Amino acid sequence: MAIKEYFELVFSDYTLRTITLGTAILGAVCGMLGSFAVLRKQSLLGDAISHAALPGIAIAFLITGAKDSNTLLLGALVSGLIGAFWIRGIITKTHLKSDTALGLILSIFFGFGMLLLTFIQKQPNANQAGLDKYLFGQAATLVESDVWLMAIVTGVCLIVLLLFWKEFKLLLFDADYTKTLGFNIKFIDTLITFFIVLAIVLGLQTVGVVLMSAMLLAPAAAARQWTNSLAVMMFLAAVFGAFSGVVGTAISTSQNNLPTGPIIVLVASCFVFISFIFSPSRGLLFKQIRFLKNRRDLQLHKTLTFMYDIAKTHENIEHPHTIKILNNFHGFTRKTLHKLVEKNYVTIKGNMWSLTKEGYQSASNLYNQIFNNE
Amino acid sequence: MKEKKIAVKVDDLTVAYNYKPVLWDIDLEVPEGVLMAIVGPNGAGKSTLIKSILGILKPIAGSVSIYGKPYKEQRNLVAYVPQKGSVDWDFPTTALDVVMMGTYGSLGWIKRPRQKEKKKALEALEKVGMLPFKGRQISQLSGGQQQRIFLARALVQNASIYFMDEPFQGVDATTEIAIINILKELRKTGKTVIVVHHDLQTVPEYFDWVTFLNVKKIATGPVKDIFNDDNLTKTYGINYKVSVQE
Repeated sequence: MAIKEYFELVFSDYTLRTITLGTAILGAVCGMLGSFAVLRKQSLLGDAISHAALPGIAIAFLITGAKDSNTLLLGALVSGLIGAFWIRGIITKTHLKSDTALGLILSIFFGFGMLLLTFIQKQPNANQAGLDKYLFGQAATLVESDVWLMAIVTGVCLIVLLLFWKEFKLLLFDADYTKTLGFNIKFIDTLITFFIVLAIVLGLQTVGVVLMSAMLLAPAAAARQWTNSLAVMMFLAAVFGAFSGVVGTAISTSQNNLPTGPIIVLVASCFVFISFIFSPSRGLLFKQIRFLKNRRDLQLHKTLTFMYDIAKTHENIEHPHTIKILNNFHGFTRKTLHKLVEKNYVTIKGNMWSLTKEGYQSASNLYNQIFNNE
Repeated sequence: MKEKKIAVKVDDLTVAYNYKPVLWDIDLEVPEGVLMAIVGPNGAGKSTLIKSILGILKPIAGSVSIYGKPYKEQRNLVAYVPQKGSVDWDFPTTALDVVMMGTYGSLGWIKRPRQKEKKKALEALEKVGMLPFKGRQISQLSGGQQQRIFLARALVQNASIYFMDEPFQGVDATTEIAIINILKELRKTGKTVIVVHHDLQTVPEYFDWVTFLNVKKIATGPVKDIFNDDNLTKTYGINYKVSVQE
């Protein structure tokens, strides 16, 4: 199936539509909440929480014996929350740094989860197959009720975001100050963490434990490159996330059985890559271009002021001088000389140069500027 | 001179991060309307003292009162300027936005800032000479400008007592003068200003009240009475000589 065919089918095929909607909503909500994680420098929190959710899935299966995805997600939610609050506890109660706490919780919970999964697989119960889809996710298993759940959570998340926008922003920027203004920062913090955990748990079925953190971080990191406004950043992150979801699903269904989760993550990474290079204000490309342009301008200015120094000793400023004198001078290149001719600041006859009136004027302005600044 | 009201009163305050106490049994009274420096060596607990007064840190023992009542009831009388380095200046927001944050406390939960709050923020920006930069992304401001933005944010709170944590750190001479002039202006209107300060040379010039701190309180009082070599030596441990101009 070609990608074009896919986009025709999205509107008619029920399963395809469900999956596409699901991944789009998931991408949007993860992008939004991921912005919080990125700005709080807790990028790895998502990774730790998603790994911490694994034993919850296994335990929920062991207790109920059923494979109902809502039950399993509830288990994931509980153990994800426990993981998140243990991390916070470790950071505030001990002297361990946050990266240590995150790494500890991630590996302990994941190790325990894998242990339980192996245990389950060895049981004669025929139901067991399929739990390991939570490791790497399987978008194809999404059904309408899953998408509804995602939509409702996203809606609630949006409402909370709008209500507490001011408080969230304040806490993200300056937590101590937030406290002195009389806001309960524990409440705000818990609210943010709760929604991040919720978004991660919703994504486990689609993207899986291992890659879930990329869903949070990639759209947010890409969005940060394009804007200096928090609101725009979150909006862009949501758009990038949703777009990654749709394009990822399209590619994976049109190419035979490519796994959806990894493809979505790769598409999101493309956004990051493009943003890091091509963003006008923060991108590497334009930074380098600006750097080179500034260098050239300065070289030009330096050569021009040097010429001015020589020219002003003569009564006639347009008196010609040999190009050789410039050779000892650092900053002079053939290219700058040509640039100066182009700008009509200098004329060249043979291997003699002379300043034009225009060049003299502009050089004396420059000279005064530099002199006054000192 | 008539008896002044006590703006900030600290009783038996003890704070520890781990086993080692950072502040030990601090008693402190700051009269209304003074411009006070808190001086002491690194690790003396200067920032900790401010943070404990403001309830950011929980003390092991002791109490703080603002105009005779617990801090929690008097929050709206107090404004805080944290150390510049305590926040991420690459945060996606503008200068005006940061100053607007000063109005959030009086707004309370959920309510959004409106035209009135924006007007207050613009006035504060004007006062610190940063109005032309109101739309600037905060990472594109110089260190001195960032400090002025923080000051403006506190000014918006229109408090009676201002706590500032090293407002002169990493700022150029022009900004330092601009800031100290604003602080002196605040004192003129009867506000109390408490500043963690590092540069001992400028204490007699800038401040009229001083507290020497090194885990314990060494001395507190008018600069002209207690800012002397004796107290400096007690605080800094070495034989400190600073000429005090009269």
